[in-house]
Amino acid sequence: MDFIKEAKQLLRENIREYGMYIALAVIMIIFTIGSGGLFISSRNISNLINQTGYIAVLSVGMTLVIVIRHIDLSVGYVAGFLGALIAILLTKYGTPVPVAILVALILGLLIGLFNGYLIANVGIPAFVATLAGMLVFRGALLLATEGTGTIIIPNKSFNAIGNGYIPDIANIKGVHLLTLLIGACAIVFYIYSEYKTRKNKLKYNFEVISKPMFILKLVFISSIIGYVTWILSGYNGLSWTVVIVIIVVAVYHIITTKTSLGRHIYAVGGNPEAAKLSGIDVSKITLIVFGSMGLLAALSGILYTARLQSATTTAGTLFELDAIAAAYVGGVSAAGGVGKVTGSIVGALVMSSLINGMNLMGVGISYQYIIRGAVLAAAVIFDVKTRNKSK
Amino acid sequence: MSDYILEMKNITKTFPGVKALDNVNFKVKRGEIHCLVGENGSGKSTLMKVLSGVYPYGEYSGDIVFNGNIQRFSHISDSEKVGIVTIYQELALIPELTVYENIFLGHEIKKGKFIDWEETIVRAKEMLKKVKLNINPSIKIKDLGVGMQQLVEIAKALSKNVKLLILDEPTAALNEDDSENLLKLIKELKAQGVTCILISHKLKEVLEVADSITVLRDGKTICSLDREKDKITEGIIIKHMVGREIDDIYPKRNIKNFGDKVLEVKNLSAYDPNLNRQILKDVSFNVRKGEIVGIAGLMGSGRTELALSIFGNSKGYKVKGDIFVNGEKKRFLKPKDAIKAGVAYVTEDRKGNGLILIDDIKSNITLANLKSLCEKGFINQNEEIKVANEYKASLKIKAPSVEQKVGNLSGGNQQKVSLGKWLFARPYVLILDEPTRGIDVGAKYEIYTLMNELVKQGMSIVMISSELPEVLGMSDRVYVMSDGKIVGELPIEEATQEKIMELATN
Repeated sequence: MDFIKEAKQLLRENIREYGMYIALAVIMIIFTIGSGGLFISSRNISNLINQTGYIAVLSVGMTLVIVIRHIDLSVGYVAGFLGALIAILLTKYGTPVPVAILVALILGLLIGLFNGYLIANVGIPAFVATLAGMLVFRGALLLATEGTGTIIIPNKSFNAIGNGYIPDIANIKGVHLLTLLIGACAIVFYIYSEYKTRKNKLKYNFEVISKPMFILKLVFISSIIGYVTWILSGYNGLSWTVVIVIIVVAVYHIITTKTSLGRHIYAVGGNPEAAKLSGIDVSKITLIVFGSMGLLAALSGILYTARLQSATTTAGTLFELDAIAAAYVGGVSAAGGVGKVTGSIVGALVMSSLINGMNLMGVGISYQYIIRGAVLAAAVIFDVKTRNKSK
Repeated sequence: MSDYILEMKNITKTFPGVKALDNVNFKVKRGEIHCLVGENGSGKSTLMKVLSGVYPYGEYSGDIVFNGNIQRFSHISDSEKVGIVTIYQELALIPELTVYENIFLGHEIKKGKFIDWEETIVRAKEMLKKVKLNINPSIKIKDLGVGMQQLVEIAKALSKNVKLLILDEPTAALNEDDSENLLKLIKELKAQGVTCILISHKLKEVLEVADSITVLRDGKTICSLDREKDKITEGIIIKHMVGREIDDIYPKRNIKNFGDKVLEVKNLSAYDPNLNRQILKDVSFNVRKGEIVGIAGLMGSGRTELALSIFGNSKGYKVKGDIFVNGEKKRFLKPKDAIKAGVAYVTEDRKGNGLILIDDIKSNITLANLKSLCEKGFINQNEEIKVANEYKASLKIKAPSVEQKVGNLSGGNQQKVSLGKWLFARPYVLILDEPTRGIDVGAKYEIYTLMNELVKQGMSIVMISSELPEVLGMSDRVYVMSDGKIVGELPIEEATQEKIMELATN
C-alpha cells in the first residue's frame, strides 16, 4: 500500500502543477466524445497544434513579462506589423526569405528593447508604455497595408513555416517515418535524462521517489510522447511550426530553470528590492525580458503570416490578450515571481483546444466566448485556492 | 461578572504539519496590562489571530470567553464589534489618506447615505486628544513619522470603542523617546478602563508596564506571572522563554588581535535628490580585520543611508568621497560591485528588501552568489541543495527542509537565512543593519555567537544598532552618528550608554 500512499502524497503536493494537465486531458476527452472521435483524429490534432503555434510563442515571452510584474499589450500589433513588413519585403523588394526573417526578428528585438528601456530606465508603467506601442503599431500595420489591402505571399518556402511539414525518409502505409523516429529519440532522451537526474540525486543522498513510482512516471510520459507522435505521423508528420515551438519552449525552459539568468528573473519578480540588494541589475533583467518578448512577437508574426500565406490589415488583433490568458491559465501569478514556461504552453493548448473542439461541435461563437471566459476564471480560481494550501 | 475580561481555554490550532498552539490557556483580567512574551515561533501571533478572528471559528479548537460569553468570531469585524481591536506590527494605515480619513476608515460616520466629514473631523480631533497627539487631522499619514503613525493607529482603535486593545510589538520600529511616550499612553488608557494585551520582545518595557505576564513556548502556556504575587525579573522571564538560563546575553570574545584596515571610508557625503536633503556629511570611519565596529545613533541619524551609500548606492543618492577595501580605492556604482569587492550588507528590513518571501530557503541563500554554483552556465542544483543544507545546519535554521518557503519562517529564522545568504557570498566586511530587530532572546544569542565566530575567522563586521546594550555588548569600537555626521568615536572601554546618548542627542 506504500505505493498508493506515495501516489496520493505526490498528487497532493503537486496538485497545482498536475491540475493543468488534468484539465487539458479532461477537455480533450470531452471534445473527443462530443465530436464523435473527430477531435482526436490525426488531421485535427495536427491542425490544432499548428493553430496554437503563434499564440504559444507569445505566451512563452508573456510568462516572463508577467513574472517580473509587468505586462506587454503591444505584442499583437507588433506581430501583425512585422508580418506585413515581411510580406512587403518578399513581394515588393524580392528579399530572400532568410534575410526578411532576420530583419523582422531584429526589428522585433529592438522594439522590445525600446519598450524595456521606457519601463526600466525612464520609469513609465509597462501598461501605459505598451498600450502606446499597441496604438503605434496598429497604425503602422494599417499604413503598411493601406495601399494594397491584404498582401498575398506567393513564396512557397516562406509559407512552409506555417503550413509545411518536415520531409520524410520513407512513407510506409501513410505513416510518417521520420516523425516516428524523432518521437522514439525523444523518448530515449527523456528516459536517459530522468535516469541521470535520479542517479545524481542519489549520489548526493537526496530523497527520490520510489523505484516503482519512477518507472510508472517514465512509462506514462513516454507513452504520451509516443501517442502524440503516432497521431501526428498519421497525418503528414511534424510540422515546421511544431518544431519551432518545441525549440523555443526547450530553450526558455532551460534558461528559466537551469541558469542564473532564469533565477535572476524570478528573483526580480519575487522582490525587486531584495534582488537589487543581492547584486542583480533589475533594469538589465527588465530589458532582457522585454527584448525577448519583442523577438518572440516577431516570431509569432512570422508564424501567423506564413500560416495565412498573406498579411492582412487586422493581423495580430487580440493576440496579446490570448497570450496573457494562456499564461494565466498556465499558472502565472500576477503578484510576480511565479509561473512556468511549460505551464503557459499547456495553457495555450487548453485555450485553443476549447476553440477547436467547440467549433467541431458547432457551438455558437457567442457561447464560445462565454465558455472561454469561464474557463480562464476557473483556472485562476483553482490556482489561487491551491496556492494557499501548498507549503 | 467575573474578574476576567477574556479567557481563552484549551486553544489548539494546527497548520499542515505543525501544531502552532497546543492546549493554550490564556486569561486576562479586566483593566490590566497583560504582556504576552515568548520566542519567535512560540505562538503569540497565532494566539492573537485566533482571538481577533483572523483564523475563524472552526479552524481551531477550544473556547474564547469574552465578557462572560463564549464568542465565535468568523471575521475580524466580529471581534471588533465586541470591542477587541488589534494593532499589528506592520501598520494598517493608508499613506495617501489624511489622519481623519484613516481613523474612521471602515466605520465612517454617515449622515444618511453620505459621509459626514464635519462630524468626522470633530470626532477625529477628540480621538487625537485622547492619545495626546497634537496635529492637524487633515495632514496625510505619509507626512508623519512612525511614532506618530503608531498613535494614530491607537486613536483609530479608540474610535471603535475598544475594550481590549492588542498591541503587537508596538515599539519595534520606534526610537526611545517615542517608545516611552507610547508606554505612558498605554498606562493612561488603562486608567480609562481599556484592557491591554502587549506583545513585546523588549523585556525592559515588559517589566515597566506589565501587571501580569504570560509566557508561551513552542505553542504551550509555560506560566502566568502576576506582578503582585510573583517575583519578576528579566532573568526569570528569559528562563521561562527559552527553557534554560542564559548567563550572559552577550557572549564573550577572548581573542582580540585586529589586523589591517579592511574597509575605510573617507569624507563620504551623500545627497538625496528625492528628499532634497543632504543625508551624509563628511563621514569617515574604518573597520579592521577581525573587528566588530558598532554604529549607534538615533533613528534618522543617517546610519542606514551610510550603509546603502557604501553598498553600491542602490537608492540613487549623489555620493562623494572615497571607499577603500583592503587598502585599494574602489568605486561601487551598483550593489554587484560591492559584493564583488567583498562587502556585504544585511538589511534592517528583511521582509521588504532582504528576502524573497515566496521563494524557498535554498534559492534565497544562493541568490547573491549564484555564479559559484554554475558549471558551463548551468546551475548545479544538487550542489545548491547541499550548500543550503550546510548553512541550515550551521546557522541552526529551524525548518523541515531547505525547500521551505522563507515567508513561512519565523523572524529569527528569516534573519538567519538572510545571514546565510551573505555568508555564502564570502565577504571580507559584513555590514549588519539592526541584526536582531524583532527577534527573540534565544535567536539573538545564536546570532551574537555567530558574529563572534565570524570575526574569529577573520571577517570584519560593521553593526548598526538602535539597542544600546547590544552596541556595548558586542562592539570593539563604537561610532556615534547624528544628523548625517559621525559625532564621536569611542573605544569600547570608554563607551557607556550615557556617553553615547549624549553624543547622539547633541
